[in-house]
Amino acid sequence: MNPVNYLYLAALLFTIGATGVLIRRNAIVVFMCVELMLNACNLAFVAFSRMHGNLDGQIIAFFTMVVAAAEVVVGLAIIVSLFRSRHSASVDDASLMKL
Amino acid sequence: MENLIALLVAAPLLGAAVLLCGGRRLDRVGHLLGTLLAAASFVIGVVLFADMLGKNADDRTFTQHLFSWIPVEGFQADVSFQLDQLSMTFVLLITGVGSLIHIYSIGYMEHDERRRRFFGYLNLFLAAMLLLVLADNYLLLYVGWEGVGLASYLLIGFWQHKPSAATAAKKAFLVNRVGDMGLSIAVMLMFTTFGTFAFGPVLKSAEEHLGGGATLTGIALMLLLAACGKSAQVPLQSWLGDAMEGPTPVSALIHAATMVTAGVYLIVRSGAVFNASPDAQLVVVVVGAVTLLFGAIVGCAKDDIKKALAGSTMSQIGYMVLAAGLGPIGYVFAIMHLVTHGFFKAGLFLGAGSVMHGMNDEVDMRKYGALRKYMPVTFVTFGLGYLAIIGFPGLSGFFSKDKIIEAAFAKGGTEGWILGSVALLGAAITAYYMTRVMIMTFFGEKRWQPDGEGHEPHPHESPKSMTIPMIVLAVGSVFAGGFFSIGDRFLHWLEPVTEHSHGNAPISATTVTAATMVVLVVGAGLAYLQYGRRPVPVVAPRGSLLTRAARRDLLQDDFNHVVLVRGGEHLTRSLVYVDHTLVDGVVNGTAASVGGLSGRLRKLQNGYARSYAVSMFGGAALIVAATLLMRAV
Amino acid sequence: MSFPLLTATAVLPAVGAVATAAVPAARRTAAKWLALLVSLATLVLAAVVLARFEPGGARYQLTESHAWIKEFGVRYELGVDGIAVALIALTALLMPFVILAGWHDADPQETGSSRWRPTQGFFALILGVEAMVIISFEATDVFLFYIFFEAMLIPMYFLIGGFGDRAHAGSDEHAAAQRSYAAVKFLLYNLVGGLIMLAAVIGLYVVAGNFSLPEIVAARANGSLHMATSTERWLFLGFFFAFAVKAPLWPLHTWLPNAMGEATAPVAVLITAVVDKVGTFAMLRFCLQLFPEASKWATPVILVLALISIVYGALLAVGQRDIKRLVAYASISHFGFIILGIFAMTSQGQSGATLYMVNHGISTAALMLVAGFLISRRGSRLIADYGGVQKVAPVLAGTFLIGGLATLSLPGLAPFVSEFLVLVGTFARYPVVGIIATFGIVLAALYTLVLYQRTMTGPVKPEVSALPDLRVRELAVVVPLIAALIFLGVYPKPVTDLVNPAVKHTLSDVHKTDPKPAVEAAK
Repeated sequence: MNPVNYLYLAALLFTIGATGVLIRRNAIVVFMCVELMLNACNLAFVAFSRMHGNLDGQIIAFFTMVVAAAEVVVGLAIIVSLFRSRHSASVDDASLMKL
Repeated sequence: MENLIALLVAAPLLGAAVLLCGGRRLDRVGHLLGTLLAAASFVIGVVLFADMLGKNADDRTFTQHLFSWIPVEGFQADVSFQLDQLSMTFVLLITGVGSLIHIYSIGYMEHDERRRRFFGYLNLFLAAMLLLVLADNYLLLYVGWEGVGLASYLLIGFWQHKPSAATAAKKAFLVNRVGDMGLSIAVMLMFTTFGTFAFGPVLKSAEEHLGGGATLTGIALMLLLAACGKSAQVPLQSWLGDAMEGPTPVSALIHAATMVTAGVYLIVRSGAVFNASPDAQLVVVVVGAVTLLFGAIVGCAKDDIKKALAGSTMSQIGYMVLAAGLGPIGYVFAIMHLVTHGFFKAGLFLGAGSVMHGMNDEVDMRKYGALRKYMPVTFVTFGLGYLAIIGFPGLSGFFSKDKIIEAAFAKGGTEGWILGSVALLGAAITAYYMTRVMIMTFFGEKRWQPDGEGHEPHPHESPKSMTIPMIVLAVGSVFAGGFFSIGDRFLHWLEPVTEHSHGNAPISATTVTAATMVVLVVGAGLAYLQYGRRPVPVVAPRGSLLTRAARRDLLQDDFNHVVLVRGGEHLTRSLVYVDHTLVDGVVNGTAASVGGLSGRLRKLQNGYARSYAVSMFGGAALIVAATLLMRAV
Repeated sequence: MSFPLLTATAVLPAVGAVATAAVPAARRTAAKWLALLVSLATLVLAAVVLARFEPGGARYQLTESHAWIKEFGVRYELGVDGIAVALIALTALLMPFVILAGWHDADPQETGSSRWRPTQGFFALILGVEAMVIISFEATDVFLFYIFFEAMLIPMYFLIGGFGDRAHAGSDEHAAAQRSYAAVKFLLYNLVGGLIMLAAVIGLYVVAGNFSLPEIVAARANGSLHMATSTERWLFLGFFFAFAVKAPLWPLHTWLPNAMGEATAPVAVLITAVVDKVGTFAMLRFCLQLFPEASKWATPVILVLALISIVYGALLAVGQRDIKRLVAYASISHFGFIILGIFAMTSQGQSGATLYMVNHGISTAALMLVAGFLISRRGSRLIADYGGVQKVAPVLAGTFLIGGLATLSLPGLAPFVSEFLVLVGTFARYPVVGIIATFGIVLAALYTLVLYQRTMTGPVKPEVSALPDLRVRELAVVVPLIAALIFLGVYPKPVTDLVNPAVKHTLSDVHKTDPKPAVEAAK
């Protein structure tokens, strides 16, 4: 199969993820969408790896997975503590990141 | 023998260091130590003098090189001394009169709790003054030059709790600094012209007229500016009157006998430079002549005995500067008058101090009168000084001043006539104001009254430590002139250093002497008519316009105040404002506009995660678009 | 390999800084003593550097060179010439006095704040500044120099902003606001200067391909490195701007009065006597050597700015009502003289300028520290709050006067020698400039004597009538400084011998020879 198709799929997944991040309010869903974007990138990396015939892309994909795992740990912890303190998982309820 | 020269300076310097750093422990012996070291310096001076007399006139220049002071590529300044006849004359005058005044001060300052420090400053002055006259280059002279300025500053302001004294001290230093500027520019000019500022090479080059007339005139004028500052000549004369705020021994030593004559020393020492520049010499004689009259007029109007004497000092130094400006016909007489003036003016000041000592520090002559009965020794010594300064025949001033008047006429041409007449006129005014001082102080009725707290002064003769120096100086005032003049002793002594030439006097010496006698009698007679025949009012009458102006030092202080002080205050104040608003404002303005911009940008950060996400995606999209666009182009 | 003496001289205070900072909170006095000991040990090392340095020998001595960031040709390269040695000695000499003078400046105001350790921090920061200043004097690699030139802003920022003068007219909040304004202003000015210099440093790398000062100078001299005229000028301006901010030169000076006014007296001394010297030193070492032609091109403008600094600084000093700001403006005037001497490009001018850096350091330290003692007694910086102090504290007044006399360059004290050399060196090439600069000496007398008169003489004001005289610790600070002033005024030969060969090198770098005396030139 033509590897370019995988790239199309990756782009599609990425777009879905990005859209989800922008339009959904629930932090968990936003979070999952971020994961989706990461995995779309992974897919693209692996596809490129295949297209160029070397392993660089696959290695990067592993890195991304490690980072994603770490992110899950930190991100979920934040969401849980946010939910505990505010009884809501909506990202629009908190604006703590401004100066 | 030559190695003793450094000791001349070292002895008083040691005294100053020990007395000023020693602390209270030395309070009880400080004055003795200071006097001893001043006397030691005098003894060394005498020893060197004896040695010098034993040599031929041509080998009388001693030198001593101590160390290389500022060695920089192409620039050589040494600490080395040169003792020739001219320096020797000054050394003896400075240490001799200096020692006497140290002795006098023991009595005069007896009740001052800071007497130790006073002697420390006096010793510091002696060291600096000796350095000034012993230096063999202009830069080292400059050190002494400012050193005496410092000592003068410290001593004028010795009674620092009096704001007037502190102000006078500051003024003296500042005016002198203007003069010092002249000296430093002169040294710089010498350096760029001759590559050196040691006396020997500079004067030799000047004799050969190397370096061009304009440069030499420049150097000479700058030296004159320096001399004007130190010797209180017009236009830098304003500090001397105020300097009388200092204790009287200081006025006698520094502001009469020695420091203020340093300008004359500088001009005579740099004779070759001035000889090479007739224009500069003309300026010198004009300055001398103007100051001569200026000081004399001011001296006529002052009721403060010390200020009257200060006016007289200015005037007498005017004579010296005039003589020095005449060139080789006048140098010797300038120095001779300087020495005799050193005796009689120091004596007069010490006498004035003695009077003040007995009169509860009253300085207003209108509150004196009839003191001759109460202070016989002071009266006699002061009287002899008085006779000497007005040029009474046979006394010191007669010989020295007469020679200067002669030399002024001998300048020749219209110039000579003008200068000679001015000098004669000055002699008349001198006789007038000195007679006035004499009569108001010692003759007439007693005019003192109880002061506000009911203390009436009890005039009394001063202690021995004060009268003995006065007697010694009086002897000098009487005999020095005659001693110097018999067989032209002084002339032959100084001639190898300063050169001497006889001018062509249009009138004979006898005529000059006769004319001097006439103006003397006229001046003194006028004063007698005005102050001797009539009672002196205790409150000064309003006086004529000239008198009132002269009381205010011919308005020079008012001029300074309006132009320099007020103008300066406005300038600095507006500059402070400019610095704060303009220079700083530009910077602060920049900072403020950056701040405003960032304030606006800050609003973009609202803290909502999704708005950040939008900007991230927007940014990413932009970058992708830009990349694609770049590819396409 | 021989012992890395230069590195040691810089590292010792750095280590000392860390150690001082680590002293437990309760043992404040131990931290002070540790800092003092470290600064004394650094002084010993600096003395060894001074002794090992041979004035007539190679241009850069005691050199050390190690690869550092190979990719960019950055090397850890140290070496000193006579000028650097003199300034290192000055820095090391002043530090113990700064520390001793600031002995109580950082004591916590109320007991109980046990976790916060201001005293330790204060002395650690001072030692940190010392380390960075020393390495800036030593670095012969432009990049290495740049790093420490910038890095010293950080401890200085905290010293100014964190440890202000307690003698403040306004309320505590007002004082804190003033202080942080001064600190931020200091930082911003110097950061902007540093940023522009960074651009120039990168530009230099692009043109020259490495950062080594001796290599670039040699390459330019033998023609293997060509620099376009405009490039050279832009790079020069980039460097000069940073140094002119640091020095400071009119009109980039306004941070100095704020910083010196708000900081404690020892920190003010640190600013003006030590840190600012890096600016003038760098003009001599980097501007003139790297960009000789551009330096000559810019000379007229710089001379005018220096002249303005001299006169303007002095006039503003006359108009000040605050003692420390007065000293700051006086320093601006003196920096004008230093820069004048550097850019007159004569032996006398540059030797004088170097000497001036040393002498100004000592004289300002003496004056400022005594002023600090005075201010801490009365609790006010305003001149008008004093009067008649000499009656109650004669030793304090005496030392203050000597410091003032040094500031007005009285002959016999060290600054006279340097000021006269600068004037004569300037006059030799630019007579008019020399004469205008000479006016500075009259103005210097004016502001010094006015200050002395208003604070020390006259009737004793009631508020000052109980001021104690100098204590032993304070005498230990002032007396050695005054002794140094007198010694260097009478016998400056040790310093001039050190400096002369270096100045000769610099002058030959810019292809300038001294003007001949007119008489010789005519022959």
